[in-house]
Amino acid sequence: MVNLIWVGMTIIGLVFAIINGRMEEINEAIFKSANEAVTLCIGLISVLVFWLGIMRIAQEAGLLEKLAKLFRPFVKRLFPEIPDDHPAMGYILSNMIANMFGLGNAATPLGIKAMEQLKILNGGRDSASRSMITFLAINTSSLTIIPTTVIAIRMKYDSASPTEIVGPTLIATMISTIGAILIDRYFHYRRTRREVK
Amino acid sequence: MQWISTISLWLIPIMIGFILIYGTLKKVPTYEVFVEGGKEGVKIAISIIPFLIGMLVAITVFRESGALEFFVSLMQPALLALGIPPEIVPLAIIRPISGTAALGMMSDIVAAYGPDSFIGRLASTLQGSTDTTLYVLTVYFGAVGIRKMGDALKVGLLADIVGIAAAIFIVTIMFA
Repeated sequence: MVNLIWVGMTIIGLVFAIINGRMEEINEAIFKSANEAVTLCIGLISVLVFWLGIMRIAQEAGLLEKLAKLFRPFVKRLFPEIPDDHPAMGYILSNMIANMFGLGNAATPLGIKAMEQLKILNGGRDSASRSMITFLAINTSSLTIIPTTVIAIRMKYDSASPTEIVGPTLIATMISTIGAILIDRYFHYRRTRREVK
Repeated sequence: MQWISTISLWLIPIMIGFILIYGTLKKVPTYEVFVEGGKEGVKIAISIIPFLIGMLVAITVFRESGALEFFVSLMQPALLALGIPPEIVPLAIIRPISGTAALGMMSDIVAAYGPDSFIGRLASTLQGSTDTTLYVLTVYFGAVGIRKMGDALKVGLLADIVGIAAAIFIVTIMFA
């Protein structure tokens, strides 16, 4: 999918460049944007290092576990199929908390662990269970509290207030997560109704 | 909408302060742990360089050739009727598919229109408020061998549409 989009964008761009006679601009664009990508990543280092450093302190202090405990009662209601004290629940919670604080690299292995447990709960079948779909829906709607990379990019392009989008992002995230939960519930309702018929 | 701006301004400093005080109370060697965690940030930033170069070059070729302009102008009437700024459409389409492509496109938009323009703010909010549905789906299901995805893809993509609509709505009432 990504391969197709990548090649597609480039080739369509090249064809348009031929039609519009913009070969000179294209040549410049290729090398300029490659350069831009490198400076962008270098610019990301500052924010990423600071944020991941702070988050490591939160992790070591046991703050993330504490938060997971706090969220447990709410999250349990989203996954009625998971028994109390099943390891799947712990992984799901840690994954959600890690995602919230922008620890994508820590979140992914936890998410996979959660999926493994959910598969065991589902009798090892190769089809997605209700809990798996709910977990994915919440995950893909993203729960980020602080969009660190976005702030870094805004800083790089001299925004007067790089963090002014934190509030709007937070609200948009909440709406999309609530939306994901509702959509997931609706599809579950549709599936079970079909099964009854 | 003053309170949203206040959240934007206060959230990060308060979180940092809280974490540092909490860590100190829990006797965490804060500075050493900070440095240790920070090293991971360097690794991540360096490791995404090739991804970002690939995507940014493709996006720039697509834009500089006039292709982007052409497709956006095709969709313009329909989008304006719905209140969607046409400039944001490529980002909205690519966001669920590839995280780095979206990151490249978002920085491209911010560079072209300015971070404090309406489009720049919208792109920033959009980038932060939804995740790469297809990536999460392939990685999580792929890792444990789930082949029948059920409604997962539909639910994920519909949630993305909700997120995109929410971002447009909030940025419009806050900044327009």
